[in-house]
Amino acid sequence: MRRFLLRGGELLAVLFVVSFGVFAMITLMPGDPAVSILGEGHPPEAYAELRQELGLNDPLLSRYWDWLSGAVTGDLGNSLVPPQSDVVDRILGAFPVSLQLAVMGLVLALLLAVPLAMWSASHAGGAVDRIISASMFATLSVPSFLAGLILIMVFANGLGWFPRAQWVRLGEDPIGNLHHALLPAFVIALTELALFTRILRNDLITTLNEDYILAARAKGMPPWRIMVTDALRPSSFSLVTLMGLSLGRLIGSTVIVEYLFALPGMGSMIITAANQGDFPLVQGAVLVIAIAYVAINATIDASYGYLDPRTRRVHA
Amino acid sequence: MFMPDNSVNRPRTLATGAALLVAGIALTAFGWSTPALVLAVKALLFLLGLAVTYQGLSRLLLGIRGKRTDLLFNLAMIWLVGIVLAAILAPVLPLGEHNNVAATLYEPINMSPQLLTDHPLGTNNQGLDLLSRSIYGARTSLVISLLAIAIGTVVGGSIGVIAGYFRKGTDSIIGIFTNALLAVPPLILLIALSTFLTPSTRNLAFALSLLSIPGMVRLARANTIAFAQREFVMAARLMGATRFRIMLRELVPNVVLPVFSMAVVMISVLIVAEASLSFLGLGIQQPDPTWGNMVAEGEGGAMEDYPHIVLVPGTFLFLTVFAFNLLGEKAQQRWDTRSAKL
Repeated sequence: MRRFLLRGGELLAVLFVVSFGVFAMITLMPGDPAVSILGEGHPPEAYAELRQELGLNDPLLSRYWDWLSGAVTGDLGNSLVPPQSDVVDRILGAFPVSLQLAVMGLVLALLLAVPLAMWSASHAGGAVDRIISASMFATLSVPSFLAGLILIMVFANGLGWFPRAQWVRLGEDPIGNLHHALLPAFVIALTELALFTRILRNDLITTLNEDYILAARAKGMPPWRIMVTDALRPSSFSLVTLMGLSLGRLIGSTVIVEYLFALPGMGSMIITAANQGDFPLVQGAVLVIAIAYVAINATIDASYGYLDPRTRRVHA
Repeated sequence: MFMPDNSVNRPRTLATGAALLVAGIALTAFGWSTPALVLAVKALLFLLGLAVTYQGLSRLLLGIRGKRTDLLFNLAMIWLVGIVLAAILAPVLPLGEHNNVAATLYEPINMSPQLLTDHPLGTNNQGLDLLSRSIYGARTSLVISLLAIAIGTVVGGSIGVIAGYFRKGTDSIIGIFTNALLAVPPLILLIALSTFLTPSTRNLAFALSLLSIPGMVRLARANTIAFAQREFVMAARLMGATRFRIMLRELVPNVVLPVFSMAVVMISVLIVAEASLSFLGLGIQQPDPTWGNMVAEGEGGAMEDYPHIVLVPGTFLFLTVFAFNLLGEKAQQRWDTRSAKL
């Protein structure tokens, strides 16, 4: 219990530092936000009024306090660029799209990686294994924006199998939604797929050398059953660790993919906002992403104990 | 890779190697030059040809030398040395125009790659030479990434050693700041930084170094903790060495190797991050070329008609990242056996 509280306190401290860092960005902005809203040649009264309204005349710490207390109660201010909508509303509209893409990407990567790794590991050293390993290593070196563009070139524009630059909400038309999300999700899945396959293959090969696998084999169990029931679970520990580590990259590829396919998620929103200098929107989005990221990582940390009982007592 | 076969049948290996080599080169050339097929099929043939050529070459080498050589690694290192040299020497090389649009008014635009012309890798929609732009892009990309990794290694490494040696309060505070940096996904952090940093080489290097610092801190800290309990540190302490001296003379030399191997691994991550940022239009701005913003030129219809605009810088990016990944893998196997697995 004490450990748990300590961990919670640490998480809170981290989020506190992050939120302050995110907030302090404004003060580092070149130029004056009030000027960028009003444009050149504004009347001085309007300028003074807007500065007052934005709270730019107050000291940094008191502004931070206002922002933070707003954020806790679900108010992140308004975006600066017309239409000056509520930041929280914008984030609520965009978040599900990104979440869906990221989850689909992860699931797709796992669905493809597990069989590939099993096949690779059971034919270790053979031609198929070498081709799979080599192509996975090559895939790791393809940045997602490049893979995305090439896949768009081939599958969306060349063959016309998938639509581009459109989005159908999951609630409106589930099948159409899947059709629109499949190619973007595949782009997101590519890098993860390569990493997952590599790590799982190596761990499976180690596991397959254990005595109990030999025993199972001697009993006459078919190889695929040994693979699925005996080898997979003990080999998946590194995979879960890796899934935690890949989360940041996963979010990164989601951002890129949303930009590439012009999907209305957090990524496109944050890029547009960054380009327009719309800092309340950038701040709000970064804060939400950071909270989600920290929360998921903490959950993954906690799940080790479930997967591998050896880690329940002794923590590294 | 499979186990080396001790008894190499030399004449047979040589023969199959030569045959594969010829077939591979023929296939590659056919895939590159044939006008009759769709691009996807051409690309497939080209890649297949390369794979066959590679097999042929490695068999030939096996036949000639009688033992296995890591051909892929050697090729990757040749590429790295080549690209670094080209990047350094770019201003004195006889290259086409890379960023001055006024000088290319009479050049052909969107020219496809033709190896034996003035523009071996083609031109973009403003007549700028793609080979030249790719090499200048390498220059920017490598300068930014290497500078960033240097800052990250020195700053992150020192902070990590300090945290690992002093532990307690220092360690907790450093831990909170490290975790705060890690709490923002890398690309999001870069995008957020780009809202207030003007995209110059120096600023980008600074922003990218922030990505490498947390990992370095963690690695250096973990290694320091492990080494700080060893006898030689105890001996130094008993002889009355100051804390600063112990860190500098006893701990740092032991921590350097794993940190260095991590730095090699991080380089490719940083190259990709820089390219992604430039691709999104938040990094180095046109007309100065980087691989990322060159690939971005292909967006919005250009790549359907002129795929080389994406494929040329994309290939440079891919080969460089691939070579650094290979090098990083070697470095970790050699110097940091603990984290080599993950």
